[in-house]
Amino acid sequence: MGAPLLRVEDLRAYFHTADGVVRAVDGVSFSLEPGETLGIVGESGCGKTVACLSILRLLDPPGRIEPGSRIMLRDRELTAASEEEMRSVRGNEISMIFQEPMTSLNPVWTIGDQIAETLRRHRRARPAEARRRAAEMLRLMGIGFPEQRLDEYPHQFSGGMRQRAMLAMALACDPSVLIADEPTTALDVTIQAEILDLLAGLQERLGMGLVFVSHDLGVIAQIADRVIVMYAGQVVESGTADEIFRRPRHPYSEGLLRATPRVGRKMQQLSVIPGSVASPKLWPSGCRFHPRCPYAWDRCREELPVLRGEARAVRCWLEEEPARRTGGWDGAALAEDR
Amino acid sequence: MVASTGRQGAAEGLPTGATRRPLVAAEALVKHFPIHSGLFGRETGRVQAVDGVSLEIRRGETLALVGESGCGKTTTGRLLLWLLEPTAGRVIFDGQDMSSLDRVGLRAFRRRAQIIFQDPFGSLNPRMTVGSLLREVLRVHRLARGEAAEQRIGELLDAVGLHADEASKYPHQFSGGQRQRIGIARALAVQPDFVVADEPVSALDVSVQAQVLNLLADLQRRFNLTYLFITHDLSVVRQIADRVAVMYLGRVVELGDCDSLFRGPLHPYTQALLSAVPDPERGTERRRIALSGDVASPAAPPPGCPFHPRCPHPGVDDTCRTLVPPLRTLAGGAQAACHKI
Amino acid sequence: MNEAAAGAEDRPERGHIAKAAALVPGLAHLLEGRRRAGLSLLALALVTLAVLVFAIDRVAATFTTGRVDYWVALVTLIGAAAVAWGVGFREALGGPRARAKGVSQWAIAWREFSRNRVAVLGLYLMLTLYLATLLAPYLTPYEPNTIGDMATTRHLSPSLAHLMGTDKFGRDVFTRVLYGARISLSIGLIAVSISVTLGTVVGAASGYFGRVVDTVLMRFVDMFISFPRLVLLITVIALFEPSIFTVIVVLGLTLWPSTARIVRGEVLSLREREFVEAARALGLSGARIICRHIIPNVLGPVIVAATLGLGNIILVEAGLSFLGLSVQPPTPSWGNIIEGGREYLVQAWWVSTFPGLAIVVTVVAFNLIGDGLRDALDPRQRM
Ligand SMILES: Nc1ncnc2c1ncn2[C@@H]1O[C@H](COP(=O)(O)OP(=O)(O)OP(=O)(O)O)[C@@H](O)[C@H]1O
Ligand SMILES: Nc1ncnc2c1ncn2[C@@H]1O[C@H](COP(=O)(O)OP(=O)(O)OP(=O)(O)O)[C@@H](O)[C@H]1O
Ligand SMILES: [Mg+2]
Ligand SMILES: [Mg+2]
Repeated sequence: MGAPLLRVEDLRAYFHTADGVVRAVDGVSFSLEPGETLGIVGESGCGKTVACLSILRLLDPPGRIEPGSRIMLRDRELTAASEEEMRSVRGNEISMIFQEPMTSLNPVWTIGDQIAETLRRHRRARPAEARRRAAEMLRLMGIGFPEQRLDEYPHQFSGGMRQRAMLAMALACDPSVLIADEPTTALDVTIQAEILDLLAGLQERLGMGLVFVSHDLGVIAQIADRVIVMYAGQVVESGTADEIFRRPRHPYSEGLLRATPRVGRKMQQLSVIPGSVASPKLWPSGCRFHPRCPYAWDRCREELPVLRGEARAVRCWLEEEPARRTGGWDGAALAEDR
Repeated sequence: MVASTGRQGAAEGLPTGATRRPLVAAEALVKHFPIHSGLFGRETGRVQAVDGVSLEIRRGETLALVGESGCGKTTTGRLLLWLLEPTAGRVIFDGQDMSSLDRVGLRAFRRRAQIIFQDPFGSLNPRMTVGSLLREVLRVHRLARGEAAEQRIGELLDAVGLHADEASKYPHQFSGGQRQRIGIARALAVQPDFVVADEPVSALDVSVQAQVLNLLADLQRRFNLTYLFITHDLSVVRQIADRVAVMYLGRVVELGDCDSLFRGPLHPYTQALLSAVPDPERGTERRRIALSGDVASPAAPPPGCPFHPRCPHPGVDDTCRTLVPPLRTLAGGAQAACHKI
Repeated sequence: MNEAAAGAEDRPERGHIAKAAALVPGLAHLLEGRRRAGLSLLALALVTLAVLVFAIDRVAATFTTGRVDYWVALVTLIGAAAVAWGVGFREALGGPRARAKGVSQWAIAWREFSRNRVAVLGLYLMLTLYLATLLAPYLTPYEPNTIGDMATTRHLSPSLAHLMGTDKFGRDVFTRVLYGARISLSIGLIAVSISVTLGTVVGAASGYFGRVVDTVLMRFVDMFISFPRLVLLITVIALFEPSIFTVIVVLGLTLWPSTARIVRGEVLSLREREFVEAARALGLSGARIICRHIIPNVLGPVIVAATLGLGNIILVEAGLSFLGLSVQPPTPSWGNIIEGGREYLVQAWWVSTFPGLAIVVTVVAFNLIGDGLRDALDPRQRM
């Protein structure tokens, strides 16, 4: 196999504000193959959105991608690309959809105009042709009577349909990578399930690489092939979905799983990760999770652990000193709960 | 910090007399919001936010109210707290019809029933310190003043896991989870019996959500609270509720014991809802019941069963399309509103 | 978070030199590296000292003339000295201040504001202006309205004796601008206070109670806004006689509708906020909710509107006096001084130019402050 479709190496994106440097993304690496779904999971503020925006170089000042970060689309270096080149990448080779389907659509244009616009820009399609393709995209998204709905405005669409329209826009130019930043968080569960099924189906048909961001472990477990878990701007664990959800190795992933209530069964008790995420202006020294970690010892307070491993990687000193994994998250072990 | 959220034993421990009379009861509650438009604000339609909800909440239990966005959960909660007056129907609190209360009675009621909100940013006045927030409550209800008030504030903050020193801070100096705790402390300040928790953990991170859920369960045990727990997240319901009411377009479509509802949902909507919830354990193996279309608007609900346009049940017929199914009690004590059961 | 509080904790023990610094206001601040605060205090102290040294006879005259403006000036002088030395003393001798934990949104807004250099410049200009106005009798040896010896003092060009020259009646223009500032600034202040109070009350009532109250009040506001202000002014002034009082009332009464609009909009959104609902669930009364929970949260935009309104009103008042519709000569106001110099613009440019500059500086200062406040109070910067 040659170069992966998308490869991000040591991505760091900082905001240089008047109050100091906000290290929102601080060392994120991953790669994505065609037809693969990479799930990025992490709690609010851990830098998921900033990482996605960085890939498309959409960060606004004072945000900046720090030197040394690399973003490779096949064998093209995007961090070095000109703004002109980036414009031809966005929406064409890499597309992105956002959390808020209402605010991401322009209320003064019809849905049809907005889908057609990307086609006109990137494909230089003629109006009639663009319109035909837009209708085709809407049909692909499972929207009935696409010809009529093209002439409707976003406010005439429900939340789920708006997200479908967003998807139609994003996929109109057959991008090879789709970045979906919490595309279902604002939707009801039944609608969310439909969109997830739709995405999975489309990906199989179109063979694109999908980066799917969410804070919901359940959603990620359902859609992702491989998963990276982020905490405080860094990747703390990565592996296949099965490995992460059945045998989490980082204390944070483990704690997160045990704190998540399930519909499938009632847990004896929800275990708790004490405290809350620190401010990105002042990450804790050493391992950023140590103030909340049940295993932390001196070394964790002083030294930042490195991300060890390739496909299955964990950023934790326990990997070197497994004997210290005692006590830990209170209550019964995850396995015993079942 | 860890507290069991298992609530199995809650009802058995109480004297039998107390369990018999519900603390709160809604009888055929209806709330319609008029839609005004035009220069003179003529009424051009009505949002049927709540359309005939009847339920009972027993002393010391947690009744979860679930349903999708806009189905009328918040409106129901506000009706039960008499923050809104119903268009029709009655609210009975501890044997008293709420509409018969005068000013004094209503004031006494405000001490007994409280609310916790979803938004940890919007639910606290940004210009008041936590201390002054709690002090105001204590003063308005003449519960404590001066030194006693300060001591009580300390106790309240302690009860929700905050430090008494933090009374001089402003809300924006706290994290989301901490703010939610402050909102809980404010509700507890009047020592209520009944608390409506309107999506209290929906805006929180998973790791913090567990802290707040455990805290709520812990406080319920300590102060013998009765909860109406409003949420759209079914996995949270499973964890915290004793009984569950499922709402769809302003009506309760299923009401029953938490465990049996999760094990064997009766109403087609409940079944679809349960199957749609992603679960990290089930991964991709789940079998989802597909629903077609979107929820209808409460301003123009469909005739007959509100769920019939999306119903996956194979036997949807003219009865469903024309007749509103009543909430019937079935064998085993569960209630459901469906013609096909 | 709070730099000042953080600094207070690890403040080193001070030696005797530092303690002696207490006698010079601002020195303690300067020693601690707080330049702006230190220099401001120092400047304030120097101003009071200079007045005492160079104008001691006029200060003494306070007790003989017994005029109100002299007394006001004396109180201002004492107040300024008290502030300069009081704050200096506390900083130099006081122990470490109690660590304040609560950082209110006002404190954050202030920090945000003080980072904005241009806005702070505006603030300094405004403070200087108000201080000068209050101290006017001590700052100039002339009287604003006493007509001089027409033969020798008419139209003197600016010099050390007459900083801004003299006018056609031989009066010192600097003195007249200083006294004119009193009229302009106080008309602005009073008119804005009236309009802000009225606007806030009407807007809050309209937004909070809604329905009929809202409809009636807002139609009333629409009516007021759609009525041309200048026509109204001229009509009222034509009916009554032009005086400071009528101008204040008319300006105050025509500005409130815009404040009411702003407040109503804010209240409408605040009313839906959960903390207001929580207050209702706790059984608080309507009046209490408005005063404690709603008004403090609309003050931000109101303050911004008021500051920008001040600049605007001063401009309008200057225009009116220029047209002779406001303060009547010989009482000086910026507008009528300019009018007085209009005929002699070529021979005696200074008569109209300096009051004109004063207007420009004042209006610019208020606009700078207003813009700074708008940025600082922007709720989107919170959290
Ligand atoms: N324009 C900005 N200026 C300064 N800091 C910023 C800016 N945008 C984001 N940040 C900070 O960067 C961090 C990461 O933000 P990001 O939006 O990527 O989080 P996220 O993981 O997407 O969270 P969520 O789940 O809430 O969407 C946050 O702590 C945020 O405060
Ligand atoms: N004050 C009001 N005026 C008019 N319509 C209202 C008002 N309050 C609620 N509604 C409408 O009533 C319906 C039910 O609203 P409600 O807030 O009870 O829903 P919900 O179940 O709490 O939804 P969510 O999960 O989004 O909070 C919605 O369609 C809403 O638009
Ligand atoms: Mg995000
Ligand atoms: Mg709600």
